[in-house]
Amino acid sequence: MTKQNQKLILDIISYTLLVLGGILMVGPFLWMVSTSFKLPGDQFTKTLIPPTFTLNNFRELFSVDLNFVLLFWNSAYISILTTVGQLLTCAMAAFCFAVVKFKGRDLLFTLLLLTLLIPPQVTLIPNFIIFKYLHLIGTSLPLWLPAFWGGAFGTFLLRQYFLTIPRDLVDAARVDGASLIQIFWKIYLPLAKPALAALSIFTFQGAWNDLLHPLVYMPSVPNTMLTVGLAFFQTQMTHGGKFTVLMSGALISILPLLVVFFFAQKQFIEGISLSGVKR
Amino acid sequence: MEYGLKPLGREKFWLWALLTPTLIGLLFGALGSVVATILLSFAKWDLLTPPAWAGLVNYASLFTDPKIILSLTNTLVFAALYVPGVVIVSLLVAVLMNRKLRGVSIFRTIYFLPAVTSAVATALVWNMIYGRDTGILNFILTQIGLQPVCWLCTENAMYSVVIVNIWGAIGEGMIIFLAGLTAIPREYYEAAEMDGANGFQQFFRITVPLITPSIFFQTLISMINAFQAFDYIYMLTRRGQGDSSIPVVVFSIYRNGWNFFNYGGASAQAILLTVVVAVFMAISFWLERRYVVYE
Repeated sequence: MTKQNQKLILDIISYTLLVLGGILMVGPFLWMVSTSFKLPGDQFTKTLIPPTFTLNNFRELFSVDLNFVLLFWNSAYISILTTVGQLLTCAMAAFCFAVVKFKGRDLLFTLLLLTLLIPPQVTLIPNFIIFKYLHLIGTSLPLWLPAFWGGAFGTFLLRQYFLTIPRDLVDAARVDGASLIQIFWKIYLPLAKPALAALSIFTFQGAWNDLLHPLVYMPSVPNTMLTVGLAFFQTQMTHGGKFTVLMSGALISILPLLVVFFFAQKQFIEGISLSGVKR
Repeated sequence: MEYGLKPLGREKFWLWALLTPTLIGLLFGALGSVVATILLSFAKWDLLTPPAWAGLVNYASLFTDPKIILSLTNTLVFAALYVPGVVIVSLLVAVLMNRKLRGVSIFRTIYFLPAVTSAVATALVWNMIYGRDTGILNFILTQIGLQPVCWLCTENAMYSVVIVNIWGAIGEGMIIFLAGLTAIPREYYEAAEMDGANGFQQFFRITVPLITPSIFFQTLISMINAFQAFDYIYMLTRRGQGDSSIPVVVFSIYRNGWNFFNYGGASAQAILLTVVVAVFMAISFWLERRYVVYE
């Protein structure tokens, strides 16, 4: 067999495998989209194209009694506040660890990295108890406030990026009389945009998709996040046989992240290689 | 590291101001929480009546309560299926994508989709797909003349849920492996080809040894994710009374704490989870020193 023939055969096998795998990966999404445009009576038809195309599921989803808009709004502002908090406080700490020289720096950074080993379930119970005594269960505060006290993952990611920024810039700024805060705000933050973008995406995605924390802190509909709301609808609608409305809810809930993904695919994917880890 | 900007005069204040949120997080969020959870694990507390000292009762039940033992076994079985599954499948996908075929970026987007979207939303559709009488999967099975399967019944739920979890994790694993694969110099393969090595030999003699760091890293991440698996299990295996057909440790912590108000018991389970994860991490790092080759 010539070398070219061999390559052709390998290419064909590769394509076949990738296409078959691709169908498995994208299939559930196509099924979700398809079902959300079907009539409730057609919900179990096995065709990808809806027999009768309808927008009624979305109308029902946004009708007043499901409070879907409230769920969406809660998910949106909680995720945005979480992202802002993480970006701000992680960048502040990362700048100190990467650029400034001070006593105890390495010890403090090591301690911070060690916290990566603590499973979130360990912090969940005492945090819940504290927030319960403050009468904050059922409000969104316990979900976004902790984002404002930094985090090991974000600080580590940004510090690694800050370390790659040339030191000469800092020295030159110092000669011109720039203060610590000016160097942070005017040199480091603007130059670290790629890392900041990657961290924003991770943080937003993590907050938007989280189930366990809202389940604990905002456990009851309607005032909760989309994930908890959808889980609640699942028990309601599965018995009521309204998979079509459920699918339209699932579709709307993944839409914001899909939009971000299609516009910022590079950041999504580079972020993973940049950091190696997620969350 | 000698390198560093020296704070001048009042800048010392600003330095600590910048560090304050992180210090608060370290002190209360991390250190305080760990101490509090350890203390709670020795207590009996439902948050309605005052806490009472329970001694080692919560820890004793870790080894005697059949429900807690079942949750630990389930977690271990889950990890044993999930971790190799994710590593092998995403490595395979990455190898295929690394062949620089035309249109490969479209495949990359498609394979990454489940890693972007929430497990809750995709679990809703998997729940439909797995439906016993109405699901598409059993429809396909019966079309080709096979018996329908009860995918989410207790006897099969573990496998069905692991499959969905792997499906959701391929995207990230693929990226990690692609980063490792692109770093391998092409000359190695060209030289091997000259010596007459076939594709399989090239894969096992060149690719695998050179990406052991990526394999190690992906194994570690998958292991951590496996021990913390919750979303798909909650969404796919929850039953009428709120329990699960395959309760794992995190599910059991949630149920013990927030359904049964047994916060002491839940804390002991959280400590157990931490210890189990730490042991597996230690084993991994020990194996890393023996088998992982860094250039």
